[in-house]
Amino acid sequence: MSSAIRLRVNGRERTLAVAPQRKLLDVLRNELRLTGTKYGCGEAQCGACTVLLDGKPIRACSKTVAGCEGKDVTTIEGLAVGGALHPVQRAFIDEGAMQCGYCTPGMILSAVALLRTRRSPSDGEIVAAMRGNICRCGTYPRIVRAIRRAQSSGGAKGA
Amino acid sequence: MSELLDLDAELEPERYELREPLAHRFRLDLARRDFLRSLGAGLVVTLLLAPVDAWAAPERRRRRRGRDLPRELGAWLRVGADDGITVYTGKVEVGQGIRTSLAQTVAEELDVPIERITMVMGDTDLTPYDRGTFGSRSTPTMGPQLRQVAATTRELLIGLAAERWKTDAKRLRVERGTVIDPSGRTLAFGALTRGRKLAAVVDEDAATHGPERWTVCGTSVPKVDARSIVTGAHRFASDLDPEGTLHGKVLRPPSFGATLTSVDADRARAMPGVTVVVDGDFVGVVARDPHAAELALAAVRTRWREQPQVGSAELHDYLVEHPVQRQGWGGRRDRREGSVRRGLRRAAHRLEARYTLPYIQHVPLEPRAALAHWVGDKVLVWTGTQRPFGVRSELADAFGIPEARVRVRVPDTGSGYGGKHTGETAIEAARLARAVGRPVKVVWTREEEFTWAYFRPAGVVDIRSGTDRRGELTAWEHVNFNSGGSGIDTPYDVPNRRIRFQPTESPARQGSYRALATPANHFARESHMDEIAAAVGIDPLELRRRNLSSKRHRAVLEAAAARFRWTTTKPPKGRGVGLAVGSDKGGYVSTCAEVDVDAAGRVEVVRLVTAFECGAIVNPDNLINQIEGCVVMGLGGALFEAIELDRGRVLNARLSHYRVPRFTDVPPMETVLVDRRDLPSAGAGETPIACVAPAIANAIFSATGRRVRSLPLTNDGKLG
Repeated sequence: MSSAIRLRVNGRERTLAVAPQRKLLDVLRNELRLTGTKYGCGEAQCGACTVLLDGKPIRACSKTVAGCEGKDVTTIEGLAVGGALHPVQRAFIDEGAMQCGYCTPGMILSAVALLRTRRSPSDGEIVAAMRGNICRCGTYPRIVRAIRRAQSSGGAKGA
Repeated sequence: MSELLDLDAELEPERYELREPLAHRFRLDLARRDFLRSLGAGLVVTLLLAPVDAWAAPERRRRRRGRDLPRELGAWLRVGADDGITVYTGKVEVGQGIRTSLAQTVAEELDVPIERITMVMGDTDLTPYDRGTFGSRSTPTMGPQLRQVAATTRELLIGLAAERWKTDAKRLRVERGTVIDPSGRTLAFGALTRGRKLAAVVDEDAATHGPERWTVCGTSVPKVDARSIVTGAHRFASDLDPEGTLHGKVLRPPSFGATLTSVDADRARAMPGVTVVVDGDFVGVVARDPHAAELALAAVRTRWREQPQVGSAELHDYLVEHPVQRQGWGGRRDRREGSVRRGLRRAAHRLEARYTLPYIQHVPLEPRAALAHWVGDKVLVWTGTQRPFGVRSELADAFGIPEARVRVRVPDTGSGYGGKHTGETAIEAARLARAVGRPVKVVWTREEEFTWAYFRPAGVVDIRSGTDRRGELTAWEHVNFNSGGSGIDTPYDVPNRRIRFQPTESPARQGSYRALATPANHFARESHMDEIAAAVGIDPLELRRRNLSSKRHRAVLEAAAARFRWTTTKPPKGRGVGLAVGSDKGGYVSTCAEVDVDAAGRVEVVRLVTAFECGAIVNPDNLINQIEGCVVMGLGGALFEAIELDRGRVLNARLSHYRVPRFTDVPPMETVLVDRRDLPSAGAGETPIACVAPAIANAIFSATGRRVRSLPLTNDGKLG
């Protein structure tokens, strides 16, 4: 049974005729074809599905699309503005903060959310805030360096 | 059967997943019936040979395939009219960085900007045959191969320019994608070949740059496709979504070894847009999206007959009590030198200990996924696997068709760690796609990835040692049950040794894991060396020094110990230090650890230093990335990870119940690179994991006096 659910995704109004209990992750990937947000566990343990909902980080695998009615969703595809990478994206490239890259979109969204709330987090604060994101390839130290780098290049602004 | 074993004699015995029979053989009557229907009866006998051929035993087919690499240059490299260089390799990128490092190798020999190189990887139609991206073989084997390919191309291009200019080729050289002569005139590569295929054979003797001349290799070239990763543009296999794609899910048994006794799919079939496939014990559904597929699967009613299964509680005894008598590949190994009995007799200290490891899982963040589509009589599959050609064989076997009618392509994949050698999702997606005549994508859930893939083998290692009063080894006996023979031989100087690998029955599906049995054998050996040091009463570093003449081992041991400040570190109460050294596959590693153990037994790793040497370093930053990645992964195996089995079920098949290392688990880590430009480059994606567990176990002993001989060392971070 579908309803018409209205929300804004990366600044664009979308009206979706989908079962309301479907998860946002499923709808983003399989209805809107925005595959940048990833499935890793389905139980909000790995952070690969992190998106911003009204600017706050959530795990899209555990949020129903009905619960997003009328709200703003930002996915990895919505971060770069006019082809220019977000400072956090740029920092991940410059620090080589990835291996297989599967966790990277979720990491970037979590980092963007962190830098919006804390202008200059310490390494300890970065680690605590990012704890919900898993990188099985083990690039954690590089991600911490990337987030530090993004701070100094104005990562708190943008998107 | 013996033919198969001979072919694969060089593969390690613990690659159990490569020896399994296929889970499914589907007979879709594709080849035979269609083929025969279209011909007159008189031709039947002769033409039957073709389809029967397709059903030929896998081992015979493998032999006919020809294991030599193609010699034609054009199979490996093309020069485009636009000056673009396209390189073809059967290796795949799973995060280890070879898309970049192999491109560096080509850029080095051809002197072409790396941005002009496109690597076509892991496509069974386009790239040369490759046995699989595992075993740390890409750098030592594919690297030199592509180096020769690029060097041959360079000489060919110079030859073409020499002809064009009517001059001596010896006066010419390559520079930034052009051939240039002393007067300064240039010809771009694309202008020389005008897009035509290169007609030449790979010259094994074409001169290549040694590391002393390297300008691209040996530098930290950034990951070539980083932008597509950070923007979410890169499509993993689980992201592929061509027009018309449907989604498939497969029914799983309730436990290992259960057999299907009845299926009622009527309710599922009645759901709009749903197709149900029941083929033997394969039951799957196809629907327009994964949510609908999940609902359809849940609507299928089944009954199963379950079998009693060995659980985690009985596992180690079970392994030791159920040895397997097998010859050839996967069989027993037993190497002896001198006499262990005599060596023990003259020992001042005799020690005996048993070390155990559980099953653990790779937990690749992208679960297994495949997209399959039948076009005419050919099946096209995209899947995240480390073995595209192996998966092609599996598909051919599963459907009884020739390999020429199967194409497997591997998008850069969300990791593997040795866990993605087999083609489960490829076969599942292909079977479902056949039923609906549309592309079908199958993506496993995390629970499925935990339960129905394969584990790193569990193991039991028994060690017996003899040491004289000076702390020099007189005898060494090491028996590994089930977990494997990699890294099993001791690098220490000991005149009397017996090294044995005993395969056993395994209650669970198991197979390759990062570094295979090397972490297991190093955990046992280096823990035991530490026990010897305590018995003899000397410093663990000193004990190694007294027994280790191998220079490459000594180099990493001393480098790690020096950076760690081993000799001057005096840990306060509650803290301890430990170290370990080892090697495998041409890589040499040593790790030093400091831990803090509080009154409640909670273990925190305070700092880690790892030194690593693998010959001439191709990309230093990527190497550090791989070493750190191995060490972080090793923390999981050392401290937290264990698959819990009961009645054929995995009790902790979810990330909420299976702990993997997180940001908060990573201590300050330092990496010391030992660059040996005088030695050939070896691989580095595995061996750095080897010494993490024993270094931490030894540090825990140093802190508490408690010797923990089983992994994981803690229960959710706390000593038991």
